[in-house]
Amino acid sequence: MAHSVSSAMDDIIQKLGHYLPAQFPLKDFVHHNTLHAFQHLPFHEALHKASVTFGYKVYWNIERYRAYFYEKKINEEILKRVITEHKGADDLAHWTNLLLHKSPKELIEPKIGQIRKLWRQAYNLNLDKEVHQTLFRLLNAYLDQGIAIWKFPAGTNGLLAGIRKLEKNSFSTFIKSERVRELLFDKSTQLEDLLDLLVGNEKFYGQYLFDQQFSHPGWSGMVSVLEHNESTLLDKRKVCLYDLIFLECLLEIDALDRRRGNRWAALAPLIPPDHLGIFEELKYSEWFEIHKLWQEALEWSYYDQVIKGLQLSHEEDFKKKAAFQAMFCLDDRSCSIRRHVEHFAPDAQTFGTAGFFNLPFYFQPQHGKFMTKVCPAPVTPSHVIKETESKIRHEKDAHFSKHSKGIFGGWAISQTMGFWSALKLAKNIFYPSATPAMVSSFKHMDPRGKLSIVSKNPENKHHGLQVGFTIEEMADALEGLLRSIGLVQDFAHLVYVIGHGASSVNNTHYAGYDCGACSGRAGSVNARVAATIGNNLEVREVLAKRGLIIPDTTVFVGGLHDTTRDEMEFYDVEDLVDSIRILHERNVKTFEVALDYNAKERSRRFHTIDSRQDAKKVHEQVKKRALSLFVTRPEWNHATNALCLIGKRENNRHLFLDKRAFLNSYDYSIDLEGKYLFGILKAVAPVCGGINLEYYFSKVDNDRLGAGSKLPHNVMGLIAVANGMDGDLRTGLPMQMVNIHDPLRILITVEHYPDIVLKTIQTHEQTYEWFANDWVKLVCIHPESKKAFVFKESEFFEYIPLTHSIEAVKNLNAVLESTSENLPVYLIG
Amino acid sequence: MENNIMISLFVLLPLLTFLISLLIPEGREKTFSRLAFGALSLQLLGITGYSVYWIINGMNHVNIPALEIFNKGDYQFLLGFYFDTVSAVFLWVGAFISFLIIRYSRFYMHLEEGYKRFFITLLFFYLAYNLTVLAGNFETLFLGWEMLGISSFLLIAFYRDRYLPVRNAVKVFSIYRIGDIGIILAMWASHHMWHENINFIKLLDKDLVSNQMSSHGGIGLFIAVCLWIAAAAKSAQFPFSSWLPKAMEGPTPSSAIFYGSLSVHFGVFLLLRTFPFWEHQLTARILIGLLGLVTAVMAYSIARVQSTIKTQIAYASIAQIGIMFIEVALGLQVLALIHFAGNAFLRTYQLLVSPSVVAYMIRDKFYHFKPKTIRLEDTFSKRLAYSMYILSLKEWNLDRLLNRMFFNPIKRFGRKLDFLTPKNLLLFFLPLYALGLFLYFNKEWVPDTILYYLPGSFGLLGLFMVFKAFSERIYPRLALLLVMANHFWVALAVSFNENFDYSQTMIYLSGVVVAGIIGFWTLDYLRKKEPNHFDLNQYYGHVYEYPKLALVFLLASLGLMGFPISPTFVGVDLLFSHIHQDQYLLASFDAISYIFGGIALIRIYARLFLGPHVKNYHATALKSS
Repeated sequence: MAHSVSSAMDDIIQKLGHYLPAQFPLKDFVHHNTLHAFQHLPFHEALHKASVTFGYKVYWNIERYRAYFYEKKINEEILKRVITEHKGADDLAHWTNLLLHKSPKELIEPKIGQIRKLWRQAYNLNLDKEVHQTLFRLLNAYLDQGIAIWKFPAGTNGLLAGIRKLEKNSFSTFIKSERVRELLFDKSTQLEDLLDLLVGNEKFYGQYLFDQQFSHPGWSGMVSVLEHNESTLLDKRKVCLYDLIFLECLLEIDALDRRRGNRWAALAPLIPPDHLGIFEELKYSEWFEIHKLWQEALEWSYYDQVIKGLQLSHEEDFKKKAAFQAMFCLDDRSCSIRRHVEHFAPDAQTFGTAGFFNLPFYFQPQHGKFMTKVCPAPVTPSHVIKETESKIRHEKDAHFSKHSKGIFGGWAISQTMGFWSALKLAKNIFYPSATPAMVSSFKHMDPRGKLSIVSKNPENKHHGLQVGFTIEEMADALEGLLRSIGLVQDFAHLVYVIGHGASSVNNTHYAGYDCGACSGRAGSVNARVAATIGNNLEVREVLAKRGLIIPDTTVFVGGLHDTTRDEMEFYDVEDLVDSIRILHERNVKTFEVALDYNAKERSRRFHTIDSRQDAKKVHEQVKKRALSLFVTRPEWNHATNALCLIGKRENNRHLFLDKRAFLNSYDYSIDLEGKYLFGILKAVAPVCGGINLEYYFSKVDNDRLGAGSKLPHNVMGLIAVANGMDGDLRTGLPMQMVNIHDPLRILITVEHYPDIVLKTIQTHEQTYEWFANDWVKLVCIHPESKKAFVFKESEFFEYIPLTHSIEAVKNLNAVLESTSENLPVYLIG
Repeated sequence: MENNIMISLFVLLPLLTFLISLLIPEGREKTFSRLAFGALSLQLLGITGYSVYWIINGMNHVNIPALEIFNKGDYQFLLGFYFDTVSAVFLWVGAFISFLIIRYSRFYMHLEEGYKRFFITLLFFYLAYNLTVLAGNFETLFLGWEMLGISSFLLIAFYRDRYLPVRNAVKVFSIYRIGDIGIILAMWASHHMWHENINFIKLLDKDLVSNQMSSHGGIGLFIAVCLWIAAAAKSAQFPFSSWLPKAMEGPTPSSAIFYGSLSVHFGVFLLLRTFPFWEHQLTARILIGLLGLVTAVMAYSIARVQSTIKTQIAYASIAQIGIMFIEVALGLQVLALIHFAGNAFLRTYQLLVSPSVVAYMIRDKFYHFKPKTIRLEDTFSKRLAYSMYILSLKEWNLDRLLNRMFFNPIKRFGRKLDFLTPKNLLLFFLPLYALGLFLYFNKEWVPDTILYYLPGSFGLLGLFMVFKAFSERIYPRLALLLVMANHFWVALAVSFNENFDYSQTMIYLSGVVVAGIIGFWTLDYLRKKEPNHFDLNQYYGHVYEYPKLALVFLLASLGLMGFPISPTFVGVDLLFSHIHQDQYLLASFDAISYIFGGIALIRIYARLFLGPHVKNYHATALKSS
């Protein structure tokens, strides 16, 4: 696009892009901190600022905090301590009174939108109503990835170029005003020219554009994301924020010309002289202080138990030779399945690590026209794994065919297949079964296909990427993986590497349910590749030279856990020797029982299932749910997440954490310098922190920071959802994903010496920001003394929990069956 | 006899279920869904059983003049039922789809705010559906028809705390009601044509129909055109089509049942039901066929460019309904019925699985993508193609067309009366009305030529009141009073026609007065509580803080707008029967003021009580969402 942008304008657009929601198209949905633009500020200050500027609700409704207080879910002692810490002991009574009794008042209007609303005041004209519909339709038509049967006809080389071409060559036009048409066709028109007409004073250009773009943050955010990530669209489109703004300004002038003729002028003279910009200094607000204190009290009421629990660990209880070892993703959904596996196989050992298993690459399915990235989103891999001999094809469903939407096709189809649809619908409602429309994690890869894992010739490139890994590369990756989780000796005969994915139907946010460490895909390929590498003799030789000896008797087996249906499949089992296969089959039985009980545990949160039934029976119902069209919560995904524990599993295996914890295995004793710890924290802070904060903000303001109820959602161009036909795109998580979530920031605990942890987090500025600004809370547990240290403003301070003891639970199942609420921390035997 | 019982049960059972559902307290998800599901299962069984029995017994048309709601000499209000093939098909398809949707929603709606509201509205809709489908005469049909309109409004505005659903709900409601003008006038004209409230079964009597037609050819065509308009509006045909995609604001199952399958086919139903009546009018048949054809072509082109899934399905469905219109016009009734059922099932399913389109199509693309290059060398055909593309993207300007045709002129006209305020209204109204009354009691003093024009003039005055109410931006109470005033003018106008019992006027006006006073009181209460957030310039969302008050006002509005079964409605219908056959103008004025009065009231309700809450101490949605 040949537009020259002045640097002032460029700055404004840059800044806009920074503040807009940064959510990718649905197929590449990855969790991130919704308020990432404010991350340079301390958490509470950032929230205050975001709220005042953009009108977001950033804390829970005060009534909810109070209800939790009266239900004793917020600990009174903790509340006292929080108030005392922040306000001093003298003001304790005063603030306690405010917290408990001050009634809500009307808040002031946010700063965003103040200039642009003058249109309405001055000319009684609702510009949004005049412009949005046309703007959204044009944008959606241009970006559409395959809904429209007749695609945007005027090219894909830029929105503005396309519109120009369309408008120029058509008898029917969107833009009616002659002068605006001239502005559009004149290539020398600058955005400043349009703003001069609309605003008239350079000083306010920035704010006007903020007002304008934040009246539809969804679309603007999408354009901004696509501008910088072209590859996320399969059907490529060039688009940029500048074009969107330019078009919108044109449409605004057109609307004004249409409605007012000559009787309108730029806004600048109408702007009050004392007008403050949107990013002006904050004023102290008692209201925000009250919420801040409640929030801290809510969080520490839970953290306190966890810290106490961690101090009660007895690593020695679990020191036995492991019958088998299993690596899972650190995902909070693995938290419970690992507990169940350990319960039914007490001599098994489980590990947690990021689910791409230290193997960043692209996956090229055999019949696919594209590659998929299967590693954390910020990583750009340089390898590709190709699949061959795959039998997986795309199943068709005529209900999505374009013929049903034509005149004659529709006529024929509705009178024939229409009746079939009725039966299909009835069948799905009463007896759900698999359909081509569903998403299944097991379809990500054909287990019988072959993968090009070993690179025979590094020169063999596919789209510029090396096909497969060299021995050296494989050894590096495997060594990194094993050392970071502390698995360097006492290998069992079988070491499982288990990725995870999810299944659902009628779920537009399906990518958010799969493995976040694999860019929203199932982790099956990574697990299988990791296992194959572990079994590679040449790799083992290289590792042995480096002092990491994997016994010949040890075999790695890859697998995939479907977290929705609670099913597992294992890869390349037919290659196992008989003696090992017998062991494996025994383990599979253990896994199956564990899966039954995991399903049963999850079912306490599903209202369609009576959780008190036999585990097997419950499991069958859980499997069915994933296939039901009407189930809006096939699984709860990361809801209720609140913790991330980094340390030896033996030091938290005694705790019941209610699926709320990301568990990353780590052995400080083989990493005294903190080298692997750095790798873990660098990934964990943004990934777990991002997930956690997205849940937090989607919960506290589901209307603006979340996507609202998903029940009325309409799919827009396959890239996003909106309400109705002319709504703005909805970003964040739908209500149905966060119903049971309590908005707690994540607490990351690290088992290491405080000085090492401090040094580690300080090595990387971006990572340090997460901790320094309190977007995630950090507590360090001293490995020897078990003392806890909390990180506050660049230092560690000792923390003494107020919790005296943790209740020990003998029959966990009975507890789980009894309630669908969040549970406290328990000791389990 | 068994016919009477069974068919009445098909209406009574939903009615009973609806009434019981009102009594269940909020938050009892299981109770609601069990009640609704149980009732629908029974209903489906009953309908299936009865249909089989009916088919075995030779498929005779069944007519049941069941209930006499009101009888005043020459005027009877009869609740009559009728059962034939058309009823049977619509009844069964309706029961089957509702049965599935109720079951579906039971889980789908879990934890949703407004679970109760959703089920109650759905049951109310189902009641209205059955009433309409089984209606034996125009009055009964209209009853169901109006109930459909209201339940539709409530379902579109289900997410009442957002701006777009509320705005679209008001829009759809308005277009629905414009179509209703057609039904009202058709009722009025047919009353005069047959000199009674005609039962549909009588239309089968070919001799009777052709006799009447030969003597009342003009009225016959008038009625046919009125029905044509009513059917077009209800089935989103040209030029009303753009409401259908806009109605897709509620939870997906409600969109599926309403706009995908059942409600949207009512135009077809109306045509099938009245087919014997216009069967012999070639002009009417051509008009209907042409309408279908234009719609099909238009909707097809619009569907092709839609890049949102629900809109695409909506237009695809409109195109098929257009074809059904052609089929009916050609006399292919059986085909139209099969087509209706198939289309209803297909679109229900397509809408319900619409969220899956992302995963499905992305995967499809992943495996089969072929980049397409579009080459249009010939400039003229390129021009045509681009024009067609833009035109379709703009939905053929239908929205603007409707605004220009109906709403804008009325608004502009209403603004001319901006000098009226709640305070001075009575100053204008009382003297004028007193004059009218004076003339009424002293008719002998008035010259005949003037007397001839008086009813029309009073009707027109009433119409002005309503137009002002419809376009009022500042005073909600004024708008309400104006709608009341209209009813008074109408009563006066009709009174001039002939000497009839005062009690009829009393029934009518008592309904107006009671509902009006309640409505006024609610508004006044709200004004005192929220003086800063009380006008009609924007949506205020007061339902957040005053849910009960909102409900009271809604009920009062329904009473005041002459919603079926309210005393006002009986009165309206009754007064219509006193408008003479040649008073086309007066009838039109009355019909239009009746319709726009309803729209004005719903507008007050929507603007004050619905939309994003004006107070932002809790999370509120962005307007564009």
